[in-house]
Amino acid sequence: MQSDIQISFPNRQANIEVLTDLAGRVREHCIWMTHRSNASHIGTSLSMVEILVTLYGRILRYDSARPDWEDRDRVIVSKGHGAAAVYAILAECGFFPKEKLETFCLNGGGLSGHVTRDCAAGVEISTGSLGHGLPIGCGMALAGKRSAQDYRTYVILSDGELDEGSNWESILFAPHHQLNKLTVIVDYNRIQSFGSVSEVLELEPLADKFRAFGWEPREVDGHDFEALDQALSLDSENGRPIAVIARTVKGRGVDFMEHELQWHYRSVKENQLDSALSQVRKPNQQAGGSH
Amino acid sequence: MRTAFISELITQAEKNPNIWLLTADLGFSALEPFAKKFPDRYVNVGVAEQNMVGIAAGLAHSGKQVFTYSIGNFSTMRCLEQIRNDVCYHRMNVKIVAVGAGFAYGPQGYTHHVIEDLAVMRTLPGMTTLTPADPLETHWITQQAVTDNGPCYLRLGKAGEKNLREPADFHPPQKLGDPICLKSGQDAQLFGTGSLLKNALDAASLLEKSGISLGIWSVPCLNPLNEEQILRFTNNQSVVFTLEEHNNQAGLGGRFAELYSSVSGGPRVCRIGVENAPPDVYGDQDHLRRWAGLDSEALSQRIIKELKTS
Repeated sequence: MQSDIQISFPNRQANIEVLTDLAGRVREHCIWMTHRSNASHIGTSLSMVEILVTLYGRILRYDSARPDWEDRDRVIVSKGHGAAAVYAILAECGFFPKEKLETFCLNGGGLSGHVTRDCAAGVEISTGSLGHGLPIGCGMALAGKRSAQDYRTYVILSDGELDEGSNWESILFAPHHQLNKLTVIVDYNRIQSFGSVSEVLELEPLADKFRAFGWEPREVDGHDFEALDQALSLDSENGRPIAVIARTVKGRGVDFMEHELQWHYRSVKENQLDSALSQVRKPNQQAGGSH
Repeated sequence: MRTAFISELITQAEKNPNIWLLTADLGFSALEPFAKKFPDRYVNVGVAEQNMVGIAAGLAHSGKQVFTYSIGNFSTMRCLEQIRNDVCYHRMNVKIVAVGAGFAYGPQGYTHHVIEDLAVMRTLPGMTTLTPADPLETHWITQQAVTDNGPCYLRLGKAGEKNLREPADFHPPQKLGDPICLKSGQDAQLFGTGSLLKNALDAASLLEKSGISLGIWSVPCLNPLNEEQILRFTNNQSVVFTLEEHNNQAGLGGRFAELYSSVSGGPRVCRIGVENAPPDVYGDQDHLRRWAGLDSEALSQRIIKELKTS
């Protein structure tokens, strides 16, 4: 069934139905993209779909026809392994044709398996090695602050990524320089490469850690559009940078993937495709492009 | 060299409002004039080199030209992947400045000996690699770094090096990558980088007494390198000498070996540099240079020996 919702993003008035519809299409793209290329990381893509949809659907200031517009809000997806979801939301929001998604991770294709600036309009910074995005985000936010520009900088981190010490250099730096237009979003799905975050390297109490470093932490359900909207759109107090700790589910939306470590690596096989797609393809939803 | 760099950077920053300077909490009693003059374009990020390079990339992404400053190994290897990914692969306008080239901070111990940096930095894509030999070259090379819009690596000594020639005798080359002749000579040619070239000039005086006329060239830019010019200057030589305060693998000598490997009938490259690390002696720059056989006496003897066997 073809969606009859015609709306261009970003749109502050986009309602839950519109955002849910967009999230379904992004998930459908992710499943197709990783299935077709036998690529990994579907679980991490699915866990951050609502984060991306809330940002690109409602929150961000951007113009997909002018990706280098000087006053745009900046987004760095530091967890570059979530590339499928990033490319999918960018295509859905008009940065490049959805047909390009079909070439993801294929020989001679147009989209790399980790987020790469050179292949996709709308990508600010290439990522893939963890712990790089936040320092760069600090630089962007500092440039904006010292030149009195009012754009915001959003950096999406994975939870396992917070093991990298470079992040903590930035977490010290940002409050010292009162980077109040910098927002970190932690996609806190609590599974990293070898097991749960608790097993590998415990992050808790994460909100307390950010608070102690001088940030304003906001803990939310990372799949709740309204909660994310509120956490991402309210200014902070006393010039603090904001840390949105988004509690998410790895593999969200497909029952056999949810909370499962193996879906950090596996891709959907032919015999699982119908089930996966039908779960994310709610009524009135269908991904654009020709899969 | 450090003083020449800061003084030139201030001159350039007066004309160019996009120039920023970041330090990872080093450069005490050197960077203050810049910080006082341009407080909005200066940040001491703290002892955090990875963050410094990321911040530099983020600023460069916003149209700034950013110099990052620290002691050699800290500003290069501690944050190598940030330099590779965030600066070089994004073609960012970031200039990595390293002070303490070679054994300049010798007494501080081998954590502060900068002798592998050239090998690492020159292989990064698009990394213009700048290695001035004295304050005069440092002024000129800093201007070149400002003119360039991509990644640069600027390898400096410390404060207090003497000029290798009179200011009136310094003639900047036409192009970055051209070697600069410090002394002409007919019997053999030596190409070197950094303040160690002072020892080469002294060695040349010793060699004159043995009847050997050594030509000496400074290579203030290792990448890009004017290969055609170097091939022309060394045509018909059986051996060419390279000299660097750096290990003798993959730096200047390695670059020359690569060059001659691509032409037929080229000379043998005698790579003079640091052959063993870490040092098993302690002391200042001159002491460590002597240990490594890089003092003028050892250099002249080495050159005599190599010429006999060539």
